[in-house]
Amino acid sequence: MNVETVKHAFDHVWNGQDELSVLTFSLNGETFAIEAINVQEILDLLPETRVPGAKPFVAGVINFRGRVIPIADLRRAFGMEATEATIDSRIVVVELTLDGEPCLVGIRTDKVHEVTTLPRSAGEPPPIVGMRWRPDFIHCLVRRGSDFVIIPNLEVIFSTQPARAAA
Amino acid sequence: MTSLDPIQVFRTEAAELFEQIETGLLDLLNDLSDQATIDAVFRGLHTLKGSGSMFGFEALAAFTHHCETAFDRVRKGQVPATAELVAAVLDAQDHMKALVSTPNGDHEEASNRLLAALQAAAGEPSAHATVVAAPLPKAVAAEPSKTGGKGFRITFRLPVNAMANGTNPLGLLDELQELGSCTVKADLSTVPTLDALEPTDLHIGWTLDLITDKGRDAIDDVFIFVMDDMELTVTELAPPAPAAAQEASAAAAPAPVAEVAAKADAPKAQAADAKHGAKQAENVRVPAERLDELMDRVGELVIAQSRLSQLAGSSADIHLRAVSEDVERLSGELRDTMMVLRMVPVGSLFGRFRRLVHDLARETGKVIELETEGETTEVDKTVIERLADPLVHLVRNSVDHGLEPPDERVASGKEKTGRVILSARQSGGEVIITIKDDGRGVNRERVRAKAEASGLIQPGQMLTDQELLQLIFQPGFSTAAQVTNLSGRGVGMDVVKKTVEALRGIIDIRSEPGRGSEISLRIPLTLAIIDGLLVRVGSGSYVIPLSAVEECLELSLEDDLRSRGRSFISLRDNLVPFLRLRELFETGTPPDRYQKMVVISTGDERVGLVVDQIIGDHQTVIKSMSKLHHDVVTFSGATILGDGNVALILDVTHLVAVGQQQEAHLRAAG
Repeated sequence: MNVETVKHAFDHVWNGQDELSVLTFSLNGETFAIEAINVQEILDLLPETRVPGAKPFVAGVINFRGRVIPIADLRRAFGMEATEATIDSRIVVVELTLDGEPCLVGIRTDKVHEVTTLPRSAGEPPPIVGMRWRPDFIHCLVRRGSDFVIIPNLEVIFSTQPARAAA
Repeated sequence: MTSLDPIQVFRTEAAELFEQIETGLLDLLNDLSDQATIDAVFRGLHTLKGSGSMFGFEALAAFTHHCETAFDRVRKGQVPATAELVAAVLDAQDHMKALVSTPNGDHEEASNRLLAALQAAAGEPSAHATVVAAPLPKAVAAEPSKTGGKGFRITFRLPVNAMANGTNPLGLLDELQELGSCTVKADLSTVPTLDALEPTDLHIGWTLDLITDKGRDAIDDVFIFVMDDMELTVTELAPPAPAAAQEASAAAAPAPVAEVAAKADAPKAQAADAKHGAKQAENVRVPAERLDELMDRVGELVIAQSRLSQLAGSSADIHLRAVSEDVERLSGELRDTMMVLRMVPVGSLFGRFRRLVHDLARETGKVIELETEGETTEVDKTVIERLADPLVHLVRNSVDHGLEPPDERVASGKEKTGRVILSARQSGGEVIITIKDDGRGVNRERVRAKAEASGLIQPGQMLTDQELLQLIFQPGFSTAAQVTNLSGRGVGMDVVKKTVEALRGIIDIRSEPGRGSEISLRIPLTLAIIDGLLVRVGSGSYVIPLSAVEECLELSLEDDLRSRGRSFISLRDNLVPFLRLRELFETGTPPDRYQKMVVISTGDERVGLVVDQIIGDHQTVIKSMSKLHHDVVTFSGATILGDGNVALILDVTHLVAVGQQQEAHLRAAG
């Protein structure tokens, strides 16, 4: 991971635009944002079916309108602790492009906030050092007041999750 | 509605015609004198020419016309059908395909070459070559005609509606006039009185006396597009000049035959057309995606129906139950009908291999006979499509690597003709397709040497025979000492295996040195819906494909305890290894008091699966697992239960393999 690729990822997400329309949600106190165009639907928690032998990051599947889609827990990717589901917990269904094919994935969130626009001027590429998280998992950080919003690089996260050691 | 592109319509039609022609030609190889087949091929060429020129594929029409002319001679018995001729027409047909796909390409040279070959094969007289060569300047130089003028009396009458269909009788007469000198008499006997006359109808018949140096074929050519519906009699007149006397006596014999043929042709043609028409009426061509859409809807319906059944089951309302039962029956029938819609006979797949083997035989100089069995076995269309490429590869392999050249075969005491047998049969929810040859078999030493050279195995590594054979499915493996045009590039067998496994199938190889090899593919009949047995393990529901289930039995507490150390039980004097799914799936729940065992099998191998509860049978619409779960091999897919929950479908093949490994492990240990 060098400055060059970070910069590239940063440019890629903004794609020459000055604003980005995103859906924000929180996970373990951090605020994340996913491009609104990729979001298919926000669901209440559904009964999940565990897939024995699957990676803990995508340990289960749900029935999303007659389709079976995996449920991912971003907390695993960012090394966060698992938390109990609350009344605010939601599943955000996003469409990703994995290996050139579209793929629906449900992402567990603690709370979904709003659809909002983030200005490019407030965005920064992730710092190479001084961060607990893998820098390539993050497209960019956007300052908002005293805090910042994380735009995760879902493509990288979903394609690099290592298989469970036992598998 | 989208409007159909006429060019596309023609291409689709042409593809069908090519198939029909090819099948006919290959059938013809079996019985070179089969008149019905010859007629079918001729008809195919004829239709192709007609449609081709209608849709503006002029090059195709011109080229096809010559093939048709050559074949017409066969049809009329003027030249015998030979294997060479069939091969020439097959080549020509490939060229026609090129003409259809790239009508504007530069095909002239190929056209001429193929036509020359075709004429040589058909043994066409030079006079005919003149006709053939005329529109193609580069073709064989026109030879002077040998035949003198011949006289024909041509009587023809077009159908009443001919002009409405775009036929111009004047054009026909002009064309006939171009053939030689002729006198034309009109037959006005059927022209109605003026008040009954419909000006667009054609009531006139004609009689022509034609003196021409062209043959009977040239006359038929004039009428080629209208021949099916019209009345046409062509009789040869007495020779006009003594110089042609010899010619006439030679021609005397075929003349009446020709006349009979022309007469006989008409009803036959009509019969064929009627048959063709009836077939079209019975079949509806539907784009595959619409079928898939319907399939999805039926799938959803089946899910909704099971929810209804569950609701009704827990309700006391007998009316609701009655309705639910009706819906259950109907959706079951709908599902079955839907499945049948998607099923196509394997024969449609096997048909392609006849051509392949024919070409391979010519290329390799081997004498090969392809036998097919069980063509009527029906398999899901998707499965068939995906199987085509792997099968091509396997057949090529059999011919290229398996079968020996004729002299080698004779030297080793075999028949000169090598046999490749392609067979299909249904076995439970699977279809078993085998490709068998009686060639030299897999050369174990060569496989071993090759595997060692490419680092797949350690030198001197101990392998069972089966393990050694399985090496040929490794990526980058090829035993052909020389890379040929056909196979031996080392890309293939691994792809074949992957494709088969992607279809949830198994590939097996058996080979006896000097006697031949047999590769069998076991493929599920369909990829969309299966009947499954719903079981509970811990708190999760799982589906076991019913086709794999042999029996269910209770695992008594004593058996369970006794088998702690050695996970297998004795079932009717057979040792059956078993897997505790609770442990395999790490449910972390205590076992039910009365555990059940489901014995599953793939072929000869059996494995017991210990589950907590057997819930019942369940119609399962298979939903594929997401990419993100492709590393989980224990499950082949998922399904949605009546309550909306997801149940995973067990991959029986994989579980059996795990069970067998466990058994082998235990045996080795104890």
